[in-house]
Formats: sequence, structure tokens, C-alpha cells
Amino acid sequence: MGFFSKLFSGLKKTKESIANKISSIFVGELNDEFFEDLEYVLISSDIGAEASVEIIEEVKKQSKKQKIKTGEDFKALLRKVMIEMLNSTNDEEISYPALITFVGVNGVGKTTAIGKIANKFKNEHKSVLMVAGDTFRAAASDQLTEWAKRVGVRIVKYSEGADPAAVVFDGISSAQAKHDDVVLVDTAGRLHNKSNLMEELKKIYKIINQKWQGDHKNYLVIDATTGQNALSQVETFNEFVGIDGIVLTKLDGTAKGGIVFAIAKQFGIPVKYVGVGEGVDDLIEFNAEEFVNGII
Amino acid sequence: MALFGTLSEKLSHVFSKLTKRGVLTELEIKNAMREIRIALLEADVNFLVVKDLVSKISEKCSGERVLKSLTPGQQVIKIVNEELTALMGSTNSKLTIASKPPTIILMCGLQGAGKTTMCGKLAKMLKKQGKKPLLVACDIYRPAAINQLKVVGKSVDVEVYDEGTSKPEKTAVNALKYAEKKTYDVVIIDTAGRLHINEELMDELKNIKKAVKPTEILLTVDAMTGQDAVTVAETFNKELDITGVILTKLDGDTRGGAALSIKAVTGKPIKFCGVGEKMDDIEPFYPDRMASRILDMGDVLTLIEKAQANVTEEEAKKLEKKIRENSFTFEDYLEQFDQMKKLGNISDILNMIPGAGKFKFNANMIDEKQIARNKAIIQSMTPYERRNPDVIKGSQKKRIAAGSGTSIQEVNALIKQFYQSKELMKQMSSGKGRFRMPF
Repeated sequence: MGFFSKLFSGLKKTKESIANKISSIFVGELNDEFFEDLEYVLISSDIGAEASVEIIEEVKKQSKKQKIKTGEDFKALLRKVMIEMLNSTNDEEISYPALITFVGVNGVGKTTAIGKIANKFKNEHKSVLMVAGDTFRAAASDQLTEWAKRVGVRIVKYSEGADPAAVVFDGISSAQAKHDDVVLVDTAGRLHNKSNLMEELKKIYKIINQKWQGDHKNYLVIDATTGQNALSQVETFNEFVGIDGIVLTKLDGTAKGGIVFAIAKQFGIPVKYVGVGEGVDDLIEFNAEEFVNGII
Repeated sequence: MALFGTLSEKLSHVFSKLTKRGVLTELEIKNAMREIRIALLEADVNFLVVKDLVSKISEKCSGERVLKSLTPGQQVIKIVNEELTALMGSTNSKLTIASKPPTIILMCGLQGAGKTTMCGKLAKMLKKQGKKPLLVACDIYRPAAINQLKVVGKSVDVEVYDEGTSKPEKTAVNALKYAEKKTYDVVIIDTAGRLHINEELMDELKNIKKAVKPTEILLTVDAMTGQDAVTVAETFNKELDITGVILTKLDGDTRGGAALSIKAVTGKPIKFCGVGEKMDDIEPFYPDRMASRILDMGDVLTLIEKAQANVTEEEAKKLEKKIRENSFTFEDYLEQFDQMKKLGNISDILNMIPGAGKFKFNANMIDEKQIARNKAIIQSMTPYERRNPDVIKGSQKKRIAAGSGTSIQEVNALIKQFYQSKELMKQMSSGKGRFRMPF
């Protein structure tokens, strides 16, 4: 399945509801009431009050300058402004061998995302190793093992309650011995306001920094249904361990995942992948243009 | 959000000029409403709910209470807090226990909301309450989900029933038979996380519901959910007619506006919340605390207390009017008791009536227990009796005493006290007594 059709099928419901709202807005001139409605449309996608206001101010300014009259022209301008916001990030390419750690709060879909990303790398003929660094949640390593089997990649795991830093240490040794291209490290879900759990994450990073010579990326997994708290998640995780990219999961529901605009704007962190289902192929690389076109 | 500052900070800025003048203009109300709107949106309250709330709050603020008030900023916050608490339901709602065991609890929700963990927490809580719960594994889709429930079950020492990946509906029915045989009195059914728009999986839930007829159908929702919470809750409620909601991950720093949206859109109570990683980390849900959290106002109580002091002043004026008109009833008396709890002494209220400063009531009126008994007595009167105390005769007194768990003597004492108070007030207002009111 190609990128466009895949993204489209995942975002279809999203797009329909938003498109209807935008179309129904274009009834008269661009007055205050109109912009207020537009603001509500953006806010209802979880873009947030601040980012929505910024988008609208920019669109207002430019539409006046360009003397925009039709709904289609306005939509095009709105898209352009939104795409620019998403693209104003610091996006670095991966170089191999690469170790990617996946962090995030509980229940966002880290383990499932790793399974799907492993599959993607495998399809690109990379040798992949999974490291079951979530030794806390009941049966988390069983879940990742299932994914390893499904995708057909190796996995390093310990029993429940083990020290995650030790699992990571062994994982790196194994990857170095087998010359793996990609190491995907799962970590336990943790609420970012729990400093003891965040300190534990730092310990894992210390091991990685000491032992891993290749590229190291750190992805924060965010549930698309999350509201404004995602900003707090990004802020804290970024402060503790530095975040290179976002994996936005569960976009196959009715949630719009609009929080990524505020994330791009405030932190300059790009979205790397989007999860659109539970199947092994239900993952797409993020493309700002398609994402925005899918929303508006 | 630190970026926006707390609502109280913003409002106090909006009202900073105002406190000096003491009058709200339409523009100032509009500005305040904008701040409230943003604060609620940043807390993830659904925008439609926000729209509705703000118009209600705005209406109340435009009323004379605020305009007359001395500190309108505080009163606005009070009104906002009241509206939020009212919307969320004023008391916490308990788990329904079936009259004939077993009580069947069906858990449902999106993926990653925390159903399986919550199943364990509920089981542990019920066990502590002396129940004998059984956990049932009906999530046959997520890899290792059954295993997760087994580990959770083991950690709380509760048996887990499973039939591998056979049909959840069948497993649930068999589990029920098993529970009856083994005299389990609560059956908690864990189900697969599912998107509310996945018809096939929603049908599966409906089939389970039909087959086992649950006492409770609890929707588990992540407290960090944004605008979509409304769609999710609405769909689950429409399809399954849920009986309540469990809010998880409240130990995070989310403001949790989703709680408000869910309540507004489904009308179903939030029964519990998950507040940590341990199996003991489950709490009953308190709507008023949630209101303060959504508004992100740590100092809200102080402010509201201050605001309430102002209202009392208004109420004192109302009381003064009633005294003048001699229309003081048991209903007013009841209100006095409520206020006494806050203020400590009725003389404080009377102190606000010009010229009545030195007036003192009976000391036993500020005894907490006595207040509670007196309140119970008044509450056992019919509304008609409260407004027309003269109709309370022997048989009514007997009924009131029985209803309030007091004695006829106590009822008599209260009625006597009431008439004495009323007589004193009458004297005060007519100027016949020692106290002359300057109006």
C-alpha cells in the first residue's frame, strides 16, 4: 500500500469531519465570528489555544495581504501556514548502526510502535535487535517477544523486575557482537512528573552513552488522543533525556493529534512516524504536507 | 500550563483595576470570559462544553451578585468553580453491588487507557472490602494481554479465569458459571482495548453485555485525553449504555478537563480514579477536587473563602430584609446553621447587620453536634412546615422526631429557640427592644 492511500485511509474520518466544519464555515465574509469558528475547529483537533491563535493570526495577516476571497484559496493558505509550522523543526537523518530508545507515558503504545518500526527496518533489509527494557509492566516483555516473533527479529530480554539498565547493557553487547544495524530499545511507561522514574531513565542513558558507539536517537511516543498534557510530556522528557523525534500513535481513531503543531512550534521536535492501526504494516513515515492535507 | 499562568493569576490581572472601583463593565466580563475559556481549553475541556459553560458563567456574572460585590474577581472564580462542580456532580458515586451475587463488572475502553491494571486495582479494593472477586481475561487480541492479567491477578492474590483465545463472549459466560460454582461474589471482566469506531469489536462488547448482563459497565478513560474524549465517551455510552467511568493516570500533571467533558456528554458518574502504579493506587472520585484541578488553582480555596465572606454579607442583607418583613422561616434557620459551620457563630452574621453588633445568641447553637441535630430536625420537616411553623403540632412533632432520630423534647426545644430568635429579631426591627436598627 502506498504512502498516500495509507495515510488517507488512516486519516479519512479525521478529514471528513474537519472538512465539513471548514466548509460550513465558508458562508460569508471573513469576519470575527468566522475566525472564532475557525479557532474552535483547530482547537477541537487538540492544536491548543495558543498554537491555534498563532495560526489564525498568521492566516489573517496573509489573507488580508493576498486579498483572499474564496474558500478554496483560504484553505490553501491555511494549509501552507500549518505545514510551515510543522516543518520548522530540527530533523536529523539516522545513520547506521543506530540505537533508538522509545520513551513515553503509560499506555501510549510504545511496544506496538516498536514492533511496527522493527518491521519497517526489516523490510529495508536491516538487521534489527529488540531490547525489552520494560521490566516493570506485567508481561511487557512477553508482548514485545510476540512482536519479535511476528516480525522475525532477535530480542534480548530479562525476567520481570530486572534492572532495565542491565538489559540494555546486554542488548548492546549482543548487537555489537552480531553487527546489527538497528537496536530498538523499549522502556517502561512512566509519567513524566515522577522524578524517580525519570532518574531511572537517565541511568539507562548513561549505559548507552558509555557503551554504544553508533548513532543514538530518542523517540517520544505520544498517543494522538492526548490533549495539552503532551506539551508537558515533551518538555519534561526533553529536559531529562533529550528528544529527537515523536512517534504519534493511534491516529486511526477520531482523534486528530493536533498537539504536534504546538510541539513543533515550541520545541522544534519533528514527528517521525504515525501509527494508524494494530497491524504490523500500520505505520507510516510522517509527512507534514500529507498530515495537514489530511486534517484540513 | 506554565505558559499561560493560572486562571486565578490571569483573572486577578483582568480584575486588578476593577477591585478599586468595585463595578464590572461588560467589557471586563468579556475579557474575563476569554481567560476562562482559554484556561478551560488548555485543561482539555471539550470546546463545545467550554462554549456552553462560558455562556452560563457569563450570564451569572452579569447578574447583580457580581455587580454589587466588592471583589468581583473572586466572585467570578467562585462562580466558575461552582459551575464546574455542579456539572461534574456534587458527590462521589459508589460501585453498584448486585442484590443477588455475583456482581458483574464489565470493563471497556480504548487501547492503553489502563483497563488491565485497573481490573487488578478494583479486585484488590473489593477484596479489602470483604468481597471475593474473580478476574476474567477476555482480551484475546493484544499479545500477552492474558498473561498481563494473570500477573496482575497474582500480585493481588485473586484468581484469573481464562480460556485462551477462544471467543470472549463464551469465556465470559463460562466464567460466570465458574464464579457461581466457586461462590465468587464479584466478577471483573477485562476486555480488549478497542477504538470506538471499530464496529466489529463494539459488537463483541455488546454480545458480552447481552450474555452476562453486567451490574456495572465501566468505561476506562486516560485522564490525559484531549478533545476526542467526548467522541469516545459518547460512542461507548451510545453502544453500551455504560454505568460509570474510571479516570486513569491522574497521578500525572494533566489538568484532566476530559473528566468534565465526559460527564457533560454522557451524564454518567465518574466512580474511581487511578492515581499510581501500585495496586493500592485507586481512589473514589471527588468532583469538587477535580474542579479545582481543572482550573489549576491551588489557592482557589482561599479565594473562594474570601468570596464567600462577601456573599455572606449579601446574605446578611437578605436576612435583614426578612427580619424587617417578619418572614423569617425554618428554611432561613437551616441556612443559618449551614453558614454557622463556616463562620463559627451566628453572631458573626448578625454583626453584619448594622446596629445588632452586641446581640448574642445561645452558646449551644455553635456546638457542632447540636447544629447537626438541629439541621436533621429541620430537614425532617416538610417544606410547608418549614415555611409555616405554626402548623407543627403534636403528631407532626412525633414524625419529625422519628425522622431526625431525635426526641420530641429536642424538637420542642428547637421550635422554642426558633420563636425566641424570631421574637428578638422582631423586637430589633420594630425598635421596641433594647436594639434599634437604623433603617
